[in-house]
Amino acid sequence: MKKGYKLIYQRPKTLTDTRINYCPGCFHTTMHKLLMEVVDEMGIQEKTVGVCPVGCSVFAYNYMNVDMQEAAHGRAAAVATGIKRMLPDRYVFSYQGDGDLAAIGTAETLHACNRGENFTFIFINNGIYGMTGGQMAPTTLEGQKTTTSPYGRDVEKIGMPLKMAEIVSQFDRVAYVERVSCNTPANSRKAKKALRNALEYQGKKLGTTFIEVASNCPSGWKMTPEESLKWLEDKVFPYYPLKVFKKPDKKEV
Amino acid sequence: MPAKGTVDIDIERCKGCNLCVPSCPTDCLALNTSDTNSYGLHYAYLDKEEDCIACMNCAVICPDAAITVYRKEDQSKQRRTHG
Amino acid sequence: MGELRLMKGNEALGEAAIRAGLQGYFGYPITPQSEVIEYLAQQEPKHNYVLIQAESELAAVNMMYGAGGAGARVLTTTSSPGFSLMQEGISYIASAEIPCLFCNVVRGGPGLGTIQPSQSDYFQSTKGGGHGDYHTIVLAPNSVQEMVDFVYLGFELADKYRTPVTILTDGAIGQMMEKVELPDPIEYKPDKPWATTGKTKDRERNILTSLYIQSEDMEKKNQVLQKKYDQIKKNEVRFDEYKIKDADIIIVSFGLTSRVTRKTVDMGRKKGMKVGLFRPQTLWPFPWEKLEQYAEEDRIKFFISVEMNAGQMVEDVKLAVCGKKPVHFYGRMGGIVPAHDEIYNHIQKLSEKE
Repeated sequence: MKKGYKLIYQRPKTLTDTRINYCPGCFHTTMHKLLMEVVDEMGIQEKTVGVCPVGCSVFAYNYMNVDMQEAAHGRAAAVATGIKRMLPDRYVFSYQGDGDLAAIGTAETLHACNRGENFTFIFINNGIYGMTGGQMAPTTLEGQKTTTSPYGRDVEKIGMPLKMAEIVSQFDRVAYVERVSCNTPANSRKAKKALRNALEYQGKKLGTTFIEVASNCPSGWKMTPEESLKWLEDKVFPYYPLKVFKKPDKKEV
Repeated sequence: MPAKGTVDIDIERCKGCNLCVPSCPTDCLALNTSDTNSYGLHYAYLDKEEDCIACMNCAVICPDAAITVYRKEDQSKQRRTHG
Repeated sequence: MGELRLMKGNEALGEAAIRAGLQGYFGYPITPQSEVIEYLAQQEPKHNYVLIQAESELAAVNMMYGAGGAGARVLTTTSSPGFSLMQEGISYIASAEIPCLFCNVVRGGPGLGTIQPSQSDYFQSTKGGGHGDYHTIVLAPNSVQEMVDFVYLGFELADKYRTPVTILTDGAIGQMMEKVELPDPIEYKPDKPWATTGKTKDRERNILTSLYIQSEDMEKKNQVLQKKYDQIKKNEVRFDEYKIKDADIIIVSFGLTSRVTRKTVDMGRKKGMKVGLFRPQTLWPFPWEKLEQYAEEDRIKFFISVEMNAGQMVEDVKLAVCGKKPVHFYGRMGGIVPAHDEIYNHIQKLSEKE
């Protein structure tokens, strides 16, 4: 404590002391922080169970001081379904990247949404396979260069980038879908609010809640963190707009 | 103008991503490019202490939760009196 | 004495699971075992378990992972192609050490194969099945009664060793009706301090994972698993014998085939052939030691493994016998159940040669 000063912001207690090993400026780190802030503020550490993905955030359980299960690649939605059905009063989230949620695990994702599984998806969409070294993702933008699309994503060959938030908002039993980002302080605050909404709706058993994060990957994109923010503004947001796609009726809330 | 607050930056957690520096509305933060932490990374620091307004922007955007923010107590009292 | 009923193997398995305290069933219909999920769906309103018809076996096995990891007593049932799809998940479950009970009602393969009974998943079930060094305990019932008994046993062993357990049966036992004695229902009170139920203040967070990126850690994890498997090999071998005391020919067979070879033994005995039956009830751990003992006895002329496949268990028999006596094989494939007299005739020819 500083004398004469009031503490108004500090690192969330539910983040472990472990130094986070993600690359400088990566939104995984930001989202871990925001999620743990929400867990702290809601006072639900004892009731939270998370599911880790395969991808960069495979080690999320090293940083989040809550019970966690590591899922096979793409299967987080099925694992979260199993947990939540057994422990309906816990707060369950699956934390997944685009390869996990929108490629290898698309079936599990869509069916969990269709059943209205009452857990929260946190979908980190950075348009690239970060951990394996920058290969093309189902969400890589048209023309975007990656190690497996060295001349840019050819949509004639591979199709358009998948819009998961738009897709899952079509399901009747999905309660809340929002796409957020962390590129500015204002957007980070919105992202945190979205996480809070999702967990609160989950607590009220309103159905599936789905937060897509238009994320960056400075290393995979071969940019500085600041350049990655500009890329988000210029290229990503026009295709992946930040907005609320679906929210519960006021009466339900 | 006297400072309304201040920040503590945990330089060992800081990775020098520089997202906080342009987020500061009063430009009081800077990236130290002449020194590194024990991981060999440049780090951000409070360059103009007198300009901090305790808006928390830097802490909110900092991925690594490396920034702690304080508001001057008399400042908040003043605010209450005037507000 | 429990309740007596006439039941189909698949339904008896479902009923046994309920009585043994089932909390979660996750499955996908596939012939010839769909009666399990159908039976459990019918019974669901009367009980407290969760039942989900998943979108695939892949999803089902991962729901098992999640629910088992949350501390629940969980079951899935499937048949061969579905069991192949589940192998990824079983590898993860074995490594994360989550108690789960699987039942594979085997049909003939490879590929889409046939819906007729087979034993051609022996290798897949007993040698791991997925990637990495692991085993599941494999129980092989040969009657509807054992379908029931092995559900209780399977759940118990899964909890005791924190490991996946597989009941390896086949389409015929799944479909046949027999009299069964159903044990009394038990009140299941799991004691699983490792389960991910939410980190309370009095403990560190629980993490269920199979990821150990440092080689040293991964080797250590493997050593933990291997130590556990050694314990299982020591404690959990189960087998059954029939007219073996004075036999000079030992038939080795499991599951459905052992019902047929029992008749072969009777037929042989009537004709003066000194033949006996050795039936492994655990296929992993396999009763290697017991068979080795028999191999060392002078009276034994040879062994013959009879299976509904191209010769899979016979490799374990050979490992056990270790060259001390001849080991022969007789098998039918593609869903054909061998008849007791065709097996007798085969053994007759072999004994003339020996």
